[in-house]
Amino acid sequence: MNLANLHLLLPEIFVLSMACVILLVDAYWRKCLHGIAYQLSQATLVGALLFTAFISVKEPVIALSGTFVWDSMAKVLKLFIYVITFTVFLYSRQYLIDRNLFKGEFFVLGLFAMAGMMVMVSAHHFLTLYLGLELLSLSLYAMVAMHRDSAQASEAAMKYFVLGALASGMLLYGMSIIYGLTGSLDLTTIAGVIAENKIEPMLLKFGLVFILIGLAFKLGAVPFHMWLPDVYQGAPTAVTLFISSAPKLAAFAMLMRLLVEGLGSLNVDWQGMLLFLSVLSMALGNIVAIAQTNVKRMLAYSTISHVGFLLLGMLTAKEAGYAAAMFYTMVYTLMSLGAFGLLLLLSHAGFEAENLNDFKGLNRRQPWYALIMMIVVLSMAGVPPMLGFWAKWSVLSQVVAGGFMWLAVLAVLFSVIGAFYYLRIIKLMYFDAPTDNAPVLKPSADIHWALTLNGMVILVLGVLPESLMTVCRVALS
Amino acid sequence: MENIYLTIVLAPLIGAIIAGLFSVSRQTAHRITVTGVALSCLLSVYVFKLMVLDGAKPFDGAVYTWLASGNIQFEIGFLIDSLSAVMMVVVTFVSLMVHIYTIGYMADDEHIWPHDSLSAKNSYQRFFSYISLFTFSMLTLVMSNNFLQLFFGWEAVGLVSYLLIGFWFHRETAVYANLKAFLVNRVGDFGFLLGIAAIFLYFGNLHYADVFSNADALAHITIQILPNQEWSLMSVICILLFIGAMGKSAQVPLHVWLPDSMEGPTPISALIHAATMVTAGIFMVSRMSPLYELSETALSFILVIGALTALFMGFLGLVQNDIKRVVAYSTLSQLGYMTVALGASAYNAAIFHLMTHAFFKSLLFLGAGSVIIAMHHEQDMRKMGGLRKYLPITYWTSLIGSLALIGFPMFSGFFSKDAIIEAVHHAERAGAGFAYFAVVAGVFITALYSFRMFFLVFHGKERMDKHTREHLHEPANVVTWPLIALAVPSVVIGAIALGPMLYQGLFHNVIFIAEAHNPFPMAHYQGVWGFLIHGLTQWPFFLAMAGVATAATLYWRGFTHIPAQIQARLSWLHTLLVNKYGFDDFNEKVFAGGSRALGIFLWQVGDVKLIDNGMVNGSANTVGRIAQKIRHVQTGYLYHYAFAMIIGLLFLLGWFVHAA
Repeated sequence: MNLANLHLLLPEIFVLSMACVILLVDAYWRKCLHGIAYQLSQATLVGALLFTAFISVKEPVIALSGTFVWDSMAKVLKLFIYVITFTVFLYSRQYLIDRNLFKGEFFVLGLFAMAGMMVMVSAHHFLTLYLGLELLSLSLYAMVAMHRDSAQASEAAMKYFVLGALASGMLLYGMSIIYGLTGSLDLTTIAGVIAENKIEPMLLKFGLVFILIGLAFKLGAVPFHMWLPDVYQGAPTAVTLFISSAPKLAAFAMLMRLLVEGLGSLNVDWQGMLLFLSVLSMALGNIVAIAQTNVKRMLAYSTISHVGFLLLGMLTAKEAGYAAAMFYTMVYTLMSLGAFGLLLLLSHAGFEAENLNDFKGLNRRQPWYALIMMIVVLSMAGVPPMLGFWAKWSVLSQVVAGGFMWLAVLAVLFSVIGAFYYLRIIKLMYFDAPTDNAPVLKPSADIHWALTLNGMVILVLGVLPESLMTVCRVALS
Repeated sequence: MENIYLTIVLAPLIGAIIAGLFSVSRQTAHRITVTGVALSCLLSVYVFKLMVLDGAKPFDGAVYTWLASGNIQFEIGFLIDSLSAVMMVVVTFVSLMVHIYTIGYMADDEHIWPHDSLSAKNSYQRFFSYISLFTFSMLTLVMSNNFLQLFFGWEAVGLVSYLLIGFWFHRETAVYANLKAFLVNRVGDFGFLLGIAAIFLYFGNLHYADVFSNADALAHITIQILPNQEWSLMSVICILLFIGAMGKSAQVPLHVWLPDSMEGPTPISALIHAATMVTAGIFMVSRMSPLYELSETALSFILVIGALTALFMGFLGLVQNDIKRVVAYSTLSQLGYMTVALGASAYNAAIFHLMTHAFFKSLLFLGAGSVIIAMHHEQDMRKMGGLRKYLPITYWTSLIGSLALIGFPMFSGFFSKDAIIEAVHHAERAGAGFAYFAVVAGVFITALYSFRMFFLVFHGKERMDKHTREHLHEPANVVTWPLIALAVPSVVIGAIALGPMLYQGLFHNVIFIAEAHNPFPMAHYQGVWGFLIHGLTQWPFFLAMAGVATAATLYWRGFTHIPAQIQARLSWLHTLLVNKYGFDDFNEKVFAGGSRALGIFLWQVGDVKLIDNGMVNGSANTVGRIAQKIRHVQTGYLYHYAFAMIIGLLFLLGWFVHAA
């Protein structure tokens, strides 16, 4: 094994080592150093951020005998993942304390999951990719089940685990077929062999379908989405927040690595498959969300519809389309953070804010959070000048440029249907009277400001969207 | 020179803005607006001197490019020639008189408003602001050198007219009247706008000079608006533009708004609804004479419409009891005369009558206003009578106005009206015979209703109540001076302008009349005395005298019981006239009622049922039902979930792998 360029792995190594350290520290000093795991985790994230930020490599570098790649997409996505995870931990703190879950396990599992994401983002080899994916998935299964007295959570974890295993199996099966056909696990080599056109295309497609199913499961695209509403609803909201945000970025990276870098020559085939997944996801996500009364479940369907949109960008099979999809994913994680962050904030000891009715009259009780929620929700619906509008716009403009006018029209129609359930939240917050005498919550200052910042970012970047778009465009060029 | 033209237009606008938007005192408001209009008037007289007396070359140029789109320039520009100079002087002079008069007329306006009305506090300033704004609008209209600016002025005068008719908006009748004026003018303006659009479509330009110079080239083009119907382009354009004029200049059947517009204060009835705005249509057609001369059809149409208005609106003046409404119907009838002149290709005679009419009709209106002030805003002539000794100045000036109106020899109306009748007499186009009959018969009617009013108001028994009688006195100087100032041109302007305007080519190269159509060739000119002597031997003169005599017998001395008997005998005729031939009822039922019914239909069926319940709520309900169905796919059973994944897998394999 070639150990040159090992320094490119510093962030991963750092995060993993710190996760082990935190595990130990938490095991021995949990009692006397209250909250040490949380603080150390946040410090780890800041450290990883610094490490990553200071690694500057102009050209993409492939290290460790072709298993690991460092390019600008990896860098941008990793930085974004740190920030998202940091915010997730921050938002979750009070919620976990209220439910007696504020233990080292949450943060350690979170860090392991993040390490998995980092490996996925930088994977250049079927094995590393699979390794990263499993590290992420296993951690998430455990996190969902963390609240072990909750039957709902255990059920969700069970479903997630079984279905996840099924999907992993299919992915692995697909990978082995491709390996059998090309004789390599290295993405560059695979791409090279396929480009020679010597392999029976039907066999390649056979492998491709299985790989795609693995990806679709991870993203939650219809019909491989079934786990998503149950897990979102069943898991503790803090975990839902985590699942719904950073892993989507990793999943996007996995799409890029597998489909574009590895199987790029098969784009005609996967375009059609993505089209199928995308249309179904947008349709089912937007329509079924309308019938939901549970906000977490509704947001789960909303996620499915967003995944449909993200796939729209991918299926153009052009660099600008990938950039639009990446932009969409990043924007989606920001909005998801805001929405679930507010759910966390509105929950308190003995009370889960998860029904639509909990939003009734929020404007009278807590006008500032109602405003932030409104910004987030409008952004999800794609109303200008929020960031979500530009996300939809950039994807749609690529779809139109790619010649899929009917698809763009369809996507807009589904967005219109989707606007209903988003706007309903605003109606509940601003026009309905509060049902109960819920206490006016005073969250700690850091959460308050983080949420405020979250909302403002969606608004301000919505007014000036060019910077984030440019980042995505540069990252993929 | 451009600065002078700009000043003429902008001085009233600045006055209007200051009086209207800055909360100035009443005194400041009238001072500033009167100064602005006086300045315009003086400069207009100067321009008139240059253009008409010194014969300077016409000015045609842009002062500002508003918009450039492709090769088309939309400009603010002026065309100053003898026609616009005449109009400018008439407009600014009458406007100045009305401004001064208003100081007296509106002096105690706040008593007219309800006690608690906030609008009463600045109604005086607002009124001055409006009439100054009107002067600005009217000047942009007459000074324009292109159709776009013409349209702007056209709409702006319409707006001010709307605002002023409804000036006392606490009165339901005033609101009704201004809405009516607005709606009826929309009909006319729609035609006008279509006409302008047609010009733009075929000429590719909105500049007068370019359009006129290309008119001959397009004279024989025909267009198909309805399938298989070839229409002359020029006729279509001219008739469309004239429909605009019919709205603005109140020609049958778009005349219905003008009598109701008397709901506005009297000064604006004089300024807008007698002297200036309503003549905008006459001015416009005269300005477009190079186009109209190319369409015999359009001219015949104009001739017939004008004749109908001239005769039948005169009849209505006979049965009115409201002093202002008599004058209003008289205005309609006189506008009909002008329109007849246009139809007879006697554009110069129309402008001539427009000018004389502006003076004597505003004089009559202001005289009526003076009576109304003296009578404490009582307008019913049945409650007047014998006012001669209380209001001597008003009496004499009104007499002058009435004589000018009926065309008494040597008064201004005599020349202009006879010129029109002569022109129609010589015209040889379809409808000329009827038009000649209408304008000649109209002379008798005019004399009859004018002097009916005159005798009812100033002579005979004093029919007002005791309280009013005790307070009768001549209004303030600001009211009477304008009367005198208007009485002078009402007498003399006809004799002065007759030669230059009709025969000696004042409008040479401005108003274009085909040689075959010209009713006033220079060779026929025999001087003012010749014209007068010729006039004294013609039917109109005798008919006018007969009209005065009849009025005197029926309403002053002699057989004053006769009108009541006639009314009883011919009650159907009286009813017909009182109902104004049923135009209002027809409009109310068919157009207003029809539009309302259509609106209700579209609302109930189209909007509520089809769009709201069908499309909007219907699609939403459908989506909701689908959502309720699909959500049951999510059963919660793990094996269902796994099964869904397998189905997805099989589908993808089946479709994409097998299809290859």
